This record gives sequence, structure tokens and C-alpha cells, in this order.
Amino acid sequence: MTNSTLEIGSTAEKRRRISFGVALVVTGLAIYLLFAVNTQPGALTTFGLNLLGSRAVEVSDLVVPALPAIYLLAAVAVFSGAYQMARGVRSTGWLVGILAFTFVTAFLLWGARDKSFNLTGMLSSSLVRATPIALAALCGVISERAAVINIGVEGIMLIAAQVAVVTATVSGSLYVGLLCAILIGGLIAAFHAFIVIRFRVDQVVSGVAINIFGTGVTSYISSRFMQAAGDKLNNSGTFPIIAIPGLSKIPVLGPVLFENNLIVYLTILLVIVMHILLYYTPWGLRTRAVGEHPKAADTLGVNVYLMRYVNVIIGGMIAGIGGAYFTIGSVGRFDEIMTAGKGFIGLAAMIFGNWNPIGAYTSSLIFGFADSLQVKLQILRVPIPSEFLLMAPYIVTMIILTGVVGRAVPPAADGQHYEK
Amino acid sequence: MTNVLELRGITKRFPGVLANDKVDISLREGKILALLGENGAGKSTLMNILYGLYKPDEGQIFVREKEVNIEGPNDAIAQGIGMVHQHFMLVPVMTVTENVMLGIEPVKNGFFLDRETVSKRIKEISDQYGLEVDPHAYIKDLPVGIQQRVEIIKVLYRAADILILDEPTAVLTPQEVEGLFKIIKTLIAAGKSIIFITHKLKEVLAIADDITVLRLGTVVGSIKPEDATSEALASMMVGRDVNLTVEKTPAKPAETVLEVEDLYVRNERQHLTVQGVSFNVRKGEVLGVAGVQGNGQTELVYALTGLLPFESGAIRLLDESIHRAAPRDILERGVAHIPEDRQRHGLILSFPIHDNLMLCTYYKRPFAKGISLQPQPIFNNAEELVKEFDVRTPSVYVNAGTLSGGNQQKVIVAREFSRPIELLIASQPTRGLDVGSIEYIHQQIVKKRDAGTGVLLVSSELDEILALSDRIAVMYKGKIMDILDADKTSKEQLGLLMAGVHPAEASKN
Repeated sequence: MTNSTLEIGSTAEKRRRISFGVALVVTGLAIYLLFAVNTQPGALTTFGLNLLGSRAVEVSDLVVPALPAIYLLAAVAVFSGAYQMARGVRSTGWLVGILAFTFVTAFLLWGARDKSFNLTGMLSSSLVRATPIALAALCGVISERAAVINIGVEGIMLIAAQVAVVTATVSGSLYVGLLCAILIGGLIAAFHAFIVIRFRVDQVVSGVAINIFGTGVTSYISSRFMQAAGDKLNNSGTFPIIAIPGLSKIPVLGPVLFENNLIVYLTILLVIVMHILLYYTPWGLRTRAVGEHPKAADTLGVNVYLMRYVNVIIGGMIAGIGGAYFTIGSVGRFDEIMTAGKGFIGLAAMIFGNWNPIGAYTSSLIFGFADSLQVKLQILRVPIPSEFLLMAPYIVTMIILTGVVGRAVPPAADGQHYEK
Repeated sequence: MTNVLELRGITKRFPGVLANDKVDISLREGKILALLGENGAGKSTLMNILYGLYKPDEGQIFVREKEVNIEGPNDAIAQGIGMVHQHFMLVPVMTVTENVMLGIEPVKNGFFLDRETVSKRIKEISDQYGLEVDPHAYIKDLPVGIQQRVEIIKVLYRAADILILDEPTAVLTPQEVEGLFKIIKTLIAAGKSIIFITHKLKEVLAIADDITVLRLGTVVGSIKPEDATSEALASMMVGRDVNLTVEKTPAKPAETVLEVEDLYVRNERQHLTVQGVSFNVRKGEVLGVAGVQGNGQTELVYALTGLLPFESGAIRLLDESIHRAAPRDILERGVAHIPEDRQRHGLILSFPIHDNLMLCTYYKRPFAKGISLQPQPIFNNAEELVKEFDVRTPSVYVNAGTLSGGNQQKVIVAREFSRPIELLIASQPTRGLDVGSIEYIHQQIVKKRDAGTGVLLVSSELDEILALSDRIAVMYKGKIMDILDADKTSKEQLGLLMAGVHPAEASKN
């Protein structure tokens, strides 16, 4: 009886094992066919490790013979695929990691053959581009942990972006702009919380309404007032790069991690603070309880509604910082619909990150990487139409949301109204 | 002897319903008060008022002879009132410690959760009252019996001395019930007072010091257990004489109708929850499947009715395999199904009764001709069935959702019995029903058996299994422990099997 249990228990497992193995082998072959075949023997790929204008100690660039390296990567993919089919590795994370790493690296080796490709620059821009995504994801994490879905984060960021640049330009202080963005974010989130908690409006409907409102109102203000007024309303400058003394001198790591502006640092700080709050404080315990089993929390005297209000509003404030990033954190002026779906990508990062702050940040980095890769590849003139390259972050989003890479479990009461 | 708790004249109205009507109850210090009543009698409403979850429209609450105003659970806790809810109020993805501390978390360094202090305190409480539990275990990994201990610890951690136990035995095996009664006695010995809510008569007689019976929101009487009998209590609960024993003649089993061989089934989460089950059901007999809820019964029934595919093994209905057969195909071969969740799987609550009564055969004559439904035959069918099966409803046009649980179940029974069937699969057919409806459903099942139908009865109520079955299969962790003849078995023996212990092994130890 036990034997047959084991056999039957393993059929689905086996299918999964083989499909992952096949995927890896196919990746290996694809690397060979797409990249190795097109690469001249003796071609060299240069990976730049220094960032222009950075304070880091200079190191020599990494020069790799392209063809052998591509062969090596193809071989790694094929062998790990074969090993997977024969023996099976338990961790799907590793498999997906190998798959993505070999393919992307081989792609870069091929794309940048006979040319130079600044690796440090790309990593640095990945981190920067991950920032608004991460802030949207953190907004999602904090709201949905208390069981309120807030897909209005896109709209909140757009409005906050505009408010930030206008207030910063008018007042002449970027900090005033940031503060106003945080306030408007909190305000819109408070409105969302009020109608979904007090009046039990469907959370998704309310979120969609906020997004539509955000697009409409910012576009109107932009075309009606800001374009005409120009520099008087829409030219704030941006937060300066702050290099952290000492740490910024480390090669590669220094320019990537320790030469950033205020908002990027703030995001990393928020991730750490939120992780501690959520798992090590009474507030976090109550938040998670309210998101998982609000009735249980209620019977123990936890004010379910209050927890939800507070969390959603804090989430809105974080989204406000995310909005500020787009204007006063990066380009210094507002353009219509400039958030370009980063709020939604943030929500995907939240799901992929399993509704916890560190996971959400890590997956934001993946999206940021896809985004900056796309930009670099356009510069390299890879023979792929730029429209396809622009799709990269969104395609990554869709692959991740299909649940190929492990299924995430949302808070049990996510999206549900609570009635006593 | 003082009253630690007294409720006077509590009235609570919900839209259209008078849930509690001038209810008076009193709890003596260090005693167990059993609150007895059928579902919908207003027991839970009353306790939710006491615990501050509902506000009463009228009435007063006295704790230790002082009137108190309870606005919310925090006030109740402050008065020393603790409640163990029927549906456990535990967060499955959190640990025992986190669940216990939720709401009154101690902190260290002024900011961080102090888990160590709490788990130490849990250990102390465990030792004092014999409530053994691992403070670091996750709730989702614990069996229900242990989860209930966690609920009790939660209440004791808040220093409650008046404990309300709402239907605490509903989800327990007989052995776990014994364990709970022991814990209750320890609590009483430690000076706690307990309100024990139930609809099970035997438990009341076994443990209570005082009994108060509620019916339709009013107190119909208070009685001492030594003056009471099961029959007397039952008629107080229902308001008329009821027959608690099911009358049936010995079964006359004929040929096999259902044969299950080495069946393996996976549930929706891909866990193998039925592991190598074999049995058969013959015409004219009731095979009872006993077992604590969640031991694979649900998935077994789903596999038999085609709602879940099975991994391996064979199911033969009248000597024909039903491998990969669609539910409708199985139904047309003469299987009737009374599902365990009647509101989700048995009825469409927002459909009128007449439509619910033809859900299995709507596509056939006389209900349909070509692509159009035929209103007249549908209404006639509904009128007949409602009369025949005594469904209490204002008309056949009202939505099924407006009926009481008992009448909803009668609608399902009427529908399933109104077509020719060879096999009846009844899953928890009387869960949550009043005594009157239970009596009726039981009679109908026995009648079907006597007419030569094979019956597979799945139930977690041992009394029901014993009352109706001719043979009894006990399921534990997806396997059948044993199949016994009903007249040669005892409750104790079944209880051990339900806990995964063979009686022979138990006596050896």
C-alpha cells in the first residue's frame, strides 16, 4: 500500500520534473542556435565595470571571448536540464535562476560582441528603475496584508507625480514637493479606504475609478495649465545624487548601491522598516491577522476597520513617494501618463514577492533589470525592433503572473469586506 | 452560592426575526450551565451579545451581581468573560503563540513583539490545566482537537473565569470529547464557571450542573440533569414529542450496486486524500462511512459522483466502470447525491424552488422540449414534490435561499428521490438540521433502503451512523480502517478506529 502511494504521489512530480528539464535543454539549444551560430570565433565582448563620473575606484573592464562563453552557457543549460530530467532538483527557484541567467548572459555576450557594454551602468539603472515599482509594490503589500486591494496605486502615483513637481516648482523646495506628494497619496488612499470600508464598494471598482480619475485629471491640468505656464509650474529640478562616503568607493557595488538619490535610499529603508514592522511588532501581527482572519482579530478586541484604514492610508503615502520619484526624483518635470503602468507592474511584483516587503523588493529588481536591459539593448542596436524590446518588462510581468515560478498565496481575506 | 453571571430580559431583533425574546439565564459560580437548543434557537446570538459582538435591544447583564455594559469583546474580556467559538477564531498561518498574544501583545524594548514571554506563559497554562500544545507550532498543522485547546488557552491567557464554549464537541471524535470533558472538569476544579452550548442531549446529561433550554429565542425551561431524560429534553427543544430512535427492520441486501477497488483520489490542492479505499454497497443496505471530518470522505464522495477525477483504482456502478465519466453520466445511471454543503453544491439559492426541483433533469421531457423549458410541467412537478416531501414554504416561487436549513434539505431530498435511483450517496445529510427534520430525513433514507436502493451514508455524527447503517466503514487519514457489522459494534470501538487505533492493538497496550 505504501509503495503504490509513493508511485502515485510521484506522477505529477515526475511530469513537473521533466517539463522543467525540457525547458532547460530547449534554452541551451536556443542559446546555441540564436547566439552561437551568429557569433564569429574570436569575437570579444567587453563588459564595462566603471561608471562615468562615479567616485568608485577604477577597475579594468571585463573582456570575455564571446563564442567560448556562449558555448559554455549553452552547455550549462543543457547539462542542468539533463540532470534535472534524470535526477530532479527540488528547488524550482534554482532552475528558473539557471534558465534566466544563462539565457540573458548569452544574449548580452552576443548582443555586445565586438562592442563594449557597461554592466555597472545597467545594474545601477536597474536599481533606479526598480524604485517606483518597489514603492507601488510596498503600497500593495501594506494594504493587502490588511485585506484591502488597492489597484488605484497607478492613479495615485500619477497624481502624486504631478502634485510633487508643481509644489516643488512653486515653493522652490524639493522637500515640500515630496511632502505634498506623500500627503496627496495618503488623501486619495483615505478616500479609497473610506468608500470600500464604510460603504463596501467593490475594492477593484474603486481602484479602477481612481486610475481613470488620475489619468483624466492629470492630463487635463497638464495640457490646460502646465504647458502654457512651462517653467513656472513644471520645472523643479531633481534630488541630487548623494554618495555615501567610503562605501561609494567600492568598485561596481559602490556606484550601484551607494550613489543614488534620496528616494532610492528611502525605498530601501522602507523595505527594511516594513519588514520589521510586519513581522516583529504588535502592529504587524494585527495587520496580518486582519488580513487573514478578520473575525478572529475582532473577537480579540482588535479594531479591524481602524487597522484597515491606517494600513491603506500608509500604503497611499508610500505610493505618493513612488509618484514623486517620476518627477522630482528623476526628470524634474511632468509628462502625461508618465507612470506607464509601473503601478500595475508593482502589484505584479507584490504577488511574485508573496506579499512580503523583501520579496516584493527583490521582484521589483527583476522588473527593473528587464526595463534597463531593454534600454541598453536599444543603444547596442541589437537587430530586434525596439517595439519588441519595449515590451520586455510587460512580458516578464505576464510570465510571472502565470504562476510558472511557484504560486503565491495571498492573505486569506484579501479583497473581502468585513461585516460584524 | 452566588451567580457569577446573570442575563435578564435580553431581547435582540434582527430584520424580520426576533432572535432573543426576554431571555433570562444565570450561571452559578464553579458550575457548568448547559444551554440547549436547536440551530436557530438563539443560543449563539445570546452568547454573541454576552461577548459584546452584538448589542442587545433590551435587557441587562450582571457579572458578580453588578450590572455591566459590554460594548465589545474588550469589555467582555475585562469582565473575565472568554469565549471559545464554534468556528475557531484562529489564524491558520500563524503560530500558537502569535494567536494567543494577538490583541494584547506584550512588547520588549518598547517596540518589538515579546514572543518568549508569551510562549512561557502558554507552557505554564498547559501544565496547569493539562492542555498540552506546542507554542511554536503553526495552527494549520494542528488537528482540530489541539486547535480547540489553543482556543481555550487563548481564553485562559486573558485570565477569564467565565468561559463560554459554543458547540465545542461538534468537530471532535468521541475520544477527543472525553479529553475535552476532562479539561472542563479541571477548569471547574480551578474555580472557573462554564456555559456549555450544545444541541447534543447526551453530552448535556453527562456534564451539566444546570440545563436551560431555548426554543425560537425564548427560554422554555430550566431543569437539573438528574430530573431530565433525553426524551424530555428533546421535546422541550422541539416543542413536541419526537422519536429519537430510527425504526428499521433488518436489511435484506441483494446484488452489489457499487464496487470501489483500491481507489486513490487527490484533492484540489493535489494532496492524496483518499489512499487505497475498497468497499462495496449492495442493494437494500446502508453502508455508513464514519470518521472525523477531513479524513478523505469529501474527496471519496466527489470521486464517486464524478466531481473529482481519481488517480488510480476502479469504481464500478452496476458492473460498469465510471472512470472519467461526467457527473451527468453518473447521475443518469441512477446515482442520487445529497451533498455535504447543501447551500453551495445542493441548491442554487437564488433560483426559485420549482427550478431547484428539476436541476438534475431539466434537459429532459417533460421539463424541456427541444431548446425551450416547459413552465407548466415544472410547476406541477414542484407542487407535487413540495406536498409529498412536506417542504414548508409559502409557495414554490420563492427562492431556495429563503428556506430554513431543514426545508432546503427536504428540497434536495425531494429532487433526488423523484427519479428512479439505484444508489443514494448521502453526505452529512442532517448536519445543522433541527431534530424534527433529522427524524424526517432519516425515515426517508430508511424507506429508500427498504425499496431496494443501495445507500452510502457519510457522516461524522456517530449516532447517525449507528442509527441508520447496516455496515460501517471507518475512514482515517484517507484509508478505511475497518468495515464492521453495525449490530456487532460499539461506539467505543468506532471511536478508536476514528482516531486511527485498532481496538485489538489498544487492548494490547
